[in-house]
Amino acid sequence: MDSLLLLEQALNGLTLGVMLFLMAAGLTLIFGVMGVINLAHGSLYMIGAFAGATVTARTGSFALGMLAGMAASALVALALELTLIRRLYARDHLDQVLATYALILIANESVKIVWGPQPIFLGTPEAFGGSVEIIPGVPYPAYRLAIIGTGLAAAAFLWWLIARTRLGMLIRAGTTHRAIVQALGVNIQALFALVFAIGGALAGLAGMMAGPLLAVQVGMGEQILILTFVVVVVGGLGSVRGAMAGAVLVGLVDTLSRAVLPVAVREVLPPSAADQVAANLGAVAVYLLMAVVLAIRPQGLVPRHA
Amino acid sequence: MREPAPPHVRRGWIAAQAGLAVLVAAPFVLTALDRAWLLPTLTRMLAYGLGAAALDVVLGYGGLVSFGHGAFLGTGAYVAGALIHHAGAATPLLRWPVEIDGSLDALIAFPAAALAAGALAFLIGAVSLRTRGVHFIMITLAFAQMVYFLVLAIPEYGGTDGLMLPARHRLFDLPLDGDQPLYWVALVLLVGFLTIAQRSMEARFGLALRGARQNERRMRALGYPVFRIRLVAFTISGAVAGLAGAVLANQAGFVSPDLLSWQRSGELIIMVILGGQGTLFGPVLGAFALLLLEEELSAVTEHWMLVLGPLLLACVLFFRRGLWGQVVRAPAHG
Repeated sequence: MDSLLLLEQALNGLTLGVMLFLMAAGLTLIFGVMGVINLAHGSLYMIGAFAGATVTARTGSFALGMLAGMAASALVALALELTLIRRLYARDHLDQVLATYALILIANESVKIVWGPQPIFLGTPEAFGGSVEIIPGVPYPAYRLAIIGTGLAAAAFLWWLIARTRLGMLIRAGTTHRAIVQALGVNIQALFALVFAIGGALAGLAGMMAGPLLAVQVGMGEQILILTFVVVVVGGLGSVRGAMAGAVLVGLVDTLSRAVLPVAVREVLPPSAADQVAANLGAVAVYLLMAVVLAIRPQGLVPRHA
Repeated sequence: MREPAPPHVRRGWIAAQAGLAVLVAAPFVLTALDRAWLLPTLTRMLAYGLGAAALDVVLGYGGLVSFGHGAFLGTGAYVAGALIHHAGAATPLLRWPVEIDGSLDALIAFPAAALAAGALAFLIGAVSLRTRGVHFIMITLAFAQMVYFLVLAIPEYGGTDGLMLPARHRLFDLPLDGDQPLYWVALVLLVGFLTIAQRSMEARFGLALRGARQNERRMRALGYPVFRIRLVAFTISGAVAGLAGAVLANQAGFVSPDLLSWQRSGELIIMVILGGQGTLFGPVLGAFALLLLEEELSAVTEHWMLVLGPLLLACVLFFRRGLWGQVVRAPAHG
């Protein structure tokens, strides 16, 4: 495989990494601040994609769709926090897993009823429809570059929010000294609801951006949810920086192994079987990465209190 | 002097024996009532009951929320299925490092399924048990997904389409064809496991496992090898789930990656919680209840998940003892 192709695949990996970061950042913030494990985070991603695709189809504007997707996910997240999730803070992780698993079932079935079981179409926005020459003579889809740019902007915004604002200070204090923050008179309930909504908006953004690349369909949330788990385990649960490191690493490993393996497998197997073998073995690579990281650093690459 | 068992434990024994009597009578009663076609469904319930009871050892007694038991169930099913497939096609299952042929002998296939699932559980457990709580949940889920992709990668076994099995296994040269023989195999396996598990959970091993759930640090200080105890429990639990998978493969005459999916792992957890964790009999009851619910609801509406979801939510929020706790009127768990 030549180096130009490798560069292209690395950029593809970064695209996936950016989306994983948006998911992992929300998941890890929610866990860090509230101590809740939210399996339905993938459902928020799905809702963002469906709501965004619908608004884009109606208005013809991808930007409006993106806003709508983020807003829909944030609102659903907020509603969930206010009605259900806040009852789970005092419960053990098993109850949290079960309750949010139930939410997945409800969300998937509801989306199936509203939008039908078939995938719906979401095209790339016109402004980013073409390709850009990253190096002279090497075209690369502009939309993927836009995703990477948006993701980096979101990461920068998150950093600013957490490191430079009063809200961020409360979030940081909440992750380490929850009881003290509460004792100091901070409205911790409102803070929790806000963090949950932020996580939802990030998931909605990821879902909307993924729409034109992957299919917008029922079950899309669980595919990325499990990868997101790998990301937070690799990066270290509860740490946004860890989510960043884990997301980039997992995105790159997943994409590169899927790109490199077919070439290697075709040398030993007949082409009819090779694609099936390679596609699935490529998917295994990230889990091996996770096993290796766990064996060396069970707390993750960038643990919470580092 | 042994203290007399508390009333809910005695009620539990009575309920368990009553349940066994019903299950033993079921094939005869169903045949007499011309309802013998229900027997395969009951076999499936028994198999899932076995899987759920196996998960309960880890989840209920060990306090380790494994979201990956579908992988063990599916591995057992695929091992049993692959042995039949290769016996039918007269090709070796494995050429290297040792040549293994397919087999129709249940006395080979079922232990092989348990062994493979147990070995997998040992490997996954050895890595996952280094972590706690939420990490453990996510890691078992992720490893199960890895197994899912690994099985999909084997071209011989049909990928996402699954694998049709040309025959069933034979026990002592008698084929397990028809509905009754397999039902009895499933029932014997379930009763055998429940008996052994019930005893070992009251014995030193089970007490150590439960102690580690309540206070790991104290158990360590007392000199118990907590990691090793948990790994043994996890391995056995995985092996028994594999056994359940072997029954399922024979029952359906078909194996598909669906058996390995994360939804299957989730359903096993639901069975345990619905029935009552840490009771062994409860999860069996939970398996019966969930499959029955699934059967009845899916006949009424294709959107039965919209009923199951809220039901599960209500269970988690308000109904924490589980069905078994309700039956024996046990004091609330935890």
